[in-house]
Amino acid sequence: MAATGAVTARPARRHDAQRVLALRAAIILTVLLIWEAMARSGLLYRDVVPKLAVIATALWSLLTTEEYYVHLWVTVREIGIGLFIGGVSGLVVGLLLGANRLLARAFESYLYYLGPTPKIIFFPVMIMWFGVGFGSKIAMAALSCFFPIALSTAAGMRQIDKVLIRVGRSFRLNAWQMTTKIYLPAMRAPIINGVRIGLGVALIGALLAETRLSSQGIGFLVINAYNVFDMPRMYAILIVLFVLAIGVNAGIAKVGGLQTKA
Amino acid sequence: MHVRPRSENTTMTAALRDRVVPLALGLGTLIAALAAVEILIRVGVINGFIVPLPTDVAASFGKVFTEEDIVNRFRLTFLEALAAGAMITVVGVLLGLLLYRVPLLRRATETWVAALASAPTVLLYPLFLVIFGRSASTIIMMGFVAGLPPVILKTVEGLSGIRRVLIDVGRSLKLTPTQLFVKILLPAALPTIFVGIRLGLIFTLINVVGVEFLINFGGLGQLINDLFERYELSETYAAICFVILVSVLFFVITERIERWLRPAQ
Repeated sequence: MAATGAVTARPARRHDAQRVLALRAAIILTVLLIWEAMARSGLLYRDVVPKLAVIATALWSLLTTEEYYVHLWVTVREIGIGLFIGGVSGLVVGLLLGANRLLARAFESYLYYLGPTPKIIFFPVMIMWFGVGFGSKIAMAALSCFFPIALSTAAGMRQIDKVLIRVGRSFRLNAWQMTTKIYLPAMRAPIINGVRIGLGVALIGALLAETRLSSQGIGFLVINAYNVFDMPRMYAILIVLFVLAIGVNAGIAKVGGLQTKA
Repeated sequence: MHVRPRSENTTMTAALRDRVVPLALGLGTLIAALAAVEILIRVGVINGFIVPLPTDVAASFGKVFTEEDIVNRFRLTFLEALAAGAMITVVGVLLGLLLYRVPLLRRATETWVAALASAPTVLLYPLFLVIFGRSASTIIMMGFVAGLPPVILKTVEGLSGIRRVLIDVGRSLKLTPTQLFVKILLPAALPTIFVGIRLGLIFTLINVVGVEFLINFGGLGQLINDLFERYELSETYAAICFVILVSVLFFVITERIERWLRPAQ
């Protein structure tokens, strides 16, 4: 009976997956058709909704020019260095808060409430401290990702199975060995989740800063396309940016075995 | 078995250990850090043209309040966030309900909504500038786009988590679909839906203030931009502190509402 059930369940599941796939294709196709109809209707200002072929051409020319990769590399470096600085400091602070109840009670609420404040308002301060160039964007990325990584690490540390900690202590591990052999491996999921969220906000911090005051980077390309009203190019950059951001986010989640739902 | 009653002394010691000492340590460290910055600026270790004296920043609060029309700016930001908040609540709950009622649509699009929740939607602001112009509409729409996904996701989650027996009771009483939603589904899913609305409101507020700053239009975000462009150093820091205080107050209030709703679960 069970075998028959399994045999009938499998085609049903496959049929269900096909229906989901067909609906997705139908939604995408409908959106694209509506877009193209709007572009050809002439009801909107010229180029606000460009024809799909024009966007595709802009996307192709963006991806085949060296200039784009130069700017992409600038942004990647800013986010990478910012994520490293903010991530390491967030990890250290998170470990301290997670290990010490008094410190957690004294300081964690500050991090908890400062975490969701709009970080871009700190950009004037970052410009004054680190200048208008590369430094202020790295600082924005670091500041943005520090909070989620610190909070996630602290929460993760408190969830470690006490047995693992007792095992470490019974082996007389020192603080460094406890951190590297017990705490960090046991906190893999919360740390990866923190880094995933941290990367997302670091990306926003650096790119918004680039749109506000910069002469290089993907954020600069977006705002430059706006300034010269090159809408197809702006759509092309935004498409690439969203694909990269969502792809990297999903990639990190997959590596960590996490769910990507909010 | 003899149970020793907890003495008043023990309770006070526990309260001291759990609340007073951490609070004093937190506030003490903050005050010590500010005092250290004050001294380092006065002795010239930190450049006073980059970091203003904390005492000057405190003194600038009055000026920011009286000369920069902060009440009206706050009202403007609040109204923009309120408009976007109302939109994410209505649209988000309705879309969540739609996904709950049409399982195939949910399976096809829920991952897309989740991807949108983690996407850097705030970077769409130049596009919204083209569509809506440099106006409050751009700010409200940016707040709306950023805050919508969590409301949809949490509404679906809340509705899916309702116990079957509650829905069966509603059906046995022959409630219409609208009555079933208003009297059974919505109250039962409200705590989870509010978690989504709170998350959405946080994203909305971040985007509203952020876009105000970026496009130099509107309330509190524009104030920071204005003061910075005039290079009024201590006033810029004071305005940033004010925005942080407003944000923290907002999170505390919404968190209290969320806790108040939670026992209904």
